Amino acid sequence: MTFVELFERLDSTTKTSAKVNAIVEYLQYADEKEKLLGIAVLMGYKPKRPVKTSDLRLWAADRLAIPLWLLEESYYVVGDLAETLSLIVDQRQASRPFNIQNILEDLIEMQDNTFDQRKEKIEAYWSTFSSTALFLFNKLLTGNFRVGVSKKLVIKALGQHLHMEAAVVEHRLMGKWDPFAETMESLFHQALLAEKYFMPYPFFLAYPVDSDFFKTAAIDDWLIEPKLDGIRGQIIVRKNEVFVWSRGEDLMTDKFVEFQQLHTLLPDGTVLDGEILPWKNGSPLEFQLMQTRIGRKKLSKRNLEEVPLVMVCYDVLEWQSQDIRSWPLAERRALLADTLARYPVGNILLLSENLEFPNWESAESFRQTARQYGAEGLMLKRKDSIYEVGRKRGSWWKWKTDPMTVDGVLIYAQAGHGRRANLFTDYTFAVWDGEQLVPFAKAYSGLTDKEILEVDRWVKRNTKEKFGPVRSVKPELVFELAFEGIGLSTRHKSGVALRFPRIVRWRKDKLAAEANHKQDLLTLIESFK
Amino acid sequence: MTLLTVNENGLYCKQGDFYIDPWRPVKLALITHGHSDHMRWGMGHYICHEHTVPLLKLRLGEEQSAQGVSYGEEFEINGVTLSFHPAGHIIGSAQIRLVYQGEVWVFTGDYKLENDGLSEPFELVSCDHFISECTFGLPIYHFPKTLEVYADINSWWAANAEEGFNTILYGYSLGKAQNILTHLDTSLGEVFLHGAVANVNEALSEVGYQFPGMRLGSDTNFSNMKGAVIVAPPSASGTPWLRKFKPYREGMCSGWMQLRGSRRRRSMDRGFVLSDHCDWQQLNKAVIATGAKHIYLTHGYESNFARWINEQYGLHATVLNTLYRPDMEGEDS
Ligand SMILES: [Zn+2]
Ligand SMILES: [Zn+2]
Repeated sequence: MTFVELFERLDSTTKTSAKVNAIVEYLQYADEKEKLLGIAVLMGYKPKRPVKTSDLRLWAADRLAIPLWLLEESYYVVGDLAETLSLIVDQRQASRPFNIQNILEDLIEMQDNTFDQRKEKIEAYWSTFSSTALFLFNKLLTGNFRVGVSKKLVIKALGQHLHMEAAVVEHRLMGKWDPFAETMESLFHQALLAEKYFMPYPFFLAYPVDSDFFKTAAIDDWLIEPKLDGIRGQIIVRKNEVFVWSRGEDLMTDKFVEFQQLHTLLPDGTVLDGEILPWKNGSPLEFQLMQTRIGRKKLSKRNLEEVPLVMVCYDVLEWQSQDIRSWPLAERRALLADTLARYPVGNILLLSENLEFPNWESAESFRQTARQYGAEGLMLKRKDSIYEVGRKRGSWWKWKTDPMTVDGVLIYAQAGHGRRANLFTDYTFAVWDGEQLVPFAKAYSGLTDKEILEVDRWVKRNTKEKFGPVRSVKPELVFELAFEGIGLSTRHKSGVALRFPRIVRWRKDKLAAEANHKQDLLTLIESFK
Repeated sequence: MTLLTVNENGLYCKQGDFYIDPWRPVKLALITHGHSDHMRWGMGHYICHEHTVPLLKLRLGEEQSAQGVSYGEEFEINGVTLSFHPAGHIIGSAQIRLVYQGEVWVFTGDYKLENDGLSEPFELVSCDHFISECTFGLPIYHFPKTLEVYADINSWWAANAEEGFNTILYGYSLGKAQNILTHLDTSLGEVFLHGAVANVNEALSEVGYQFPGMRLGSDTNFSNMKGAVIVAPPSASGTPWLRKFKPYREGMCSGWMQLRGSRRRRSMDRGFVLSDHCDWQQLNKAVIATGAKHIYLTHGYESNFARWINEQYGLHATVLNTLYRPDMEGEDS
């Protein structure tokens, strides 16, 4: 299978298993160098872009003798620049095999070429590639090779191909590696893999609690903690090294630099379980800030000062190199509290709060207002529970607050990208401020594919004005939005912003006049102060 | 002189007092072809190509008053001379030519220049005023040769059959479905038809068309079905109706399949770029070849295409706001 065929197979399915199979098959047949480069590209490796996209647009328009505005209109319809360029320049003549190594080397070399040399090389590729090969070339050229394949999925396939555990493969591919400097042998040499001291324990996960639970459970048997909204993680200190794994079992040590010094502060052979969150001046910051920080390629000193991270620890799984997951929770908890107090980790490792309630009714009233305390509900854990594997019913439960909802009127729509190019899928919603509608949230998820088509058709027929890609529409459709938090903000004209807004349902039963008012949102904010 | 204008009912000829492809009920309607955005219910009397008549009766009811004309036959309404000419879009599709006091107008309805091997091929009609659709009026639309696409479809079918899969091909029940059926290599296996497709085939048999394939129904033996082709309208995808065909693979046949976004949105195993409309090059060719000095554009990327032919060829191009709508979901495309 060639890389082009691999891409076509990956692109024609949404099933993870089919994607993994396709990659495994590709790995069987590709030669060693191409294999490594193929993997690197799938995992996001890209050479520096050798030319500006504005030049590419000009050259493509020239080739078809069309004005630039027509190319831009086409781009707006397609939603992807590499694809637009391909459709415009494709002469349906494929005369050169798709050799990923040659292409990458050419792209790297081009950085030292003159402008005319670059143009000549790129145009040569354009006239000898067609269809998918041409599209892939343009993807590599424009440097946004995202093809619906996660890093995790590639790792899984590599694991199957090499007969290795996925976590081991991931550890080997940690950090930055140069596919031109490495070989399959140098990366996955057996001797390097003998030890697996970097591996986390499988996480124990809680189910949502059901109402039957409260009929029989005695509150004194249960440890109750606020359920914080961060990234579940394990911190591993072994062999004088630190590893931080997230619940998705991604190795994230690089991103969470705060914890990298822990091997100098904690005894060797310690594994902690907890929630990683942005934290400043004694309370959590917005979750979104941490997401943005994780997304950054380079972390500046300022980023670290603005969004410092901590782990709020709720469990210890290994102590003095001994697996203690079978100890009762109460004992593990006592050891954890003692450890965090004894070692100088106070600014990065915090102890999860133990909430005491006289009965379930008072726990319930706390849960309903949990957001005021920066929590999204409660965790209930049996004091004598062992640390189990995976999602199990019985000894750990999560008890979340209900999401808040608001009815907003659709006022702007914008076409989506990629899979949803051509369709109006990004919506802006407004609430009433007197006679006026003021925007307060954007949302683009929650509708079924069928509803999306229906809204899309409606938008096309009820457009009032077009501003570039955005259309203002008649204020008629009402949608119920759910969200996890609300605050004052200058981002929207209403002066209010929601956290994680998503569409719960299309309220076809409501008229625009029945939507919520700005005052309703302000009242909500007030209630959290 | 203006022979055709758009009003709230549709495309209107004042001199002849009739409409072409109207969207609201009127007394007299000339119909270019049988797709639902062009042939609507509620007109006092219909005039269409003779092969469109059975489709009209199927879709709008036996009781409709409809009159069929043949290609090239001239007739007159209130002093306007009219004739229907092949549009190459689907069976019975026509361009309508209007002549009044020496001035010639042509409305294309939907059309394509590429010969699909089934519908009467497009006839170039010279005119002064040319009203053209431009569903695919952007340079990104460049359709592959139809015969190559059918070869791809047949080899995909053969490969699926070999692996024990049934092959489901989606295409609009009028037009695309018959094109597919005409080009399937029936030596490869059995062919079955969704009811909507079978209904259209039956109606067309009244005017002499024959297509392969058996209607699916309560008497169909599904357990023996292996390596067969099922031709169905796009609306059947994602419905429980498909369960009986397991294991199967799905392929969509539509001009929209040219775009990766549309292909992925439908989550098909295969997308075949197969259209009954003009692509960019065909549109450019047609607009120039008619010799018309005035061009009017309907459904599609009409404002972009109008600006382009204005700037490129110095032609006078106007956008007509009609209710003909190319369905983005692959119906009639
Ligand atoms: Zn049509
Ligand atoms: Zn049409």
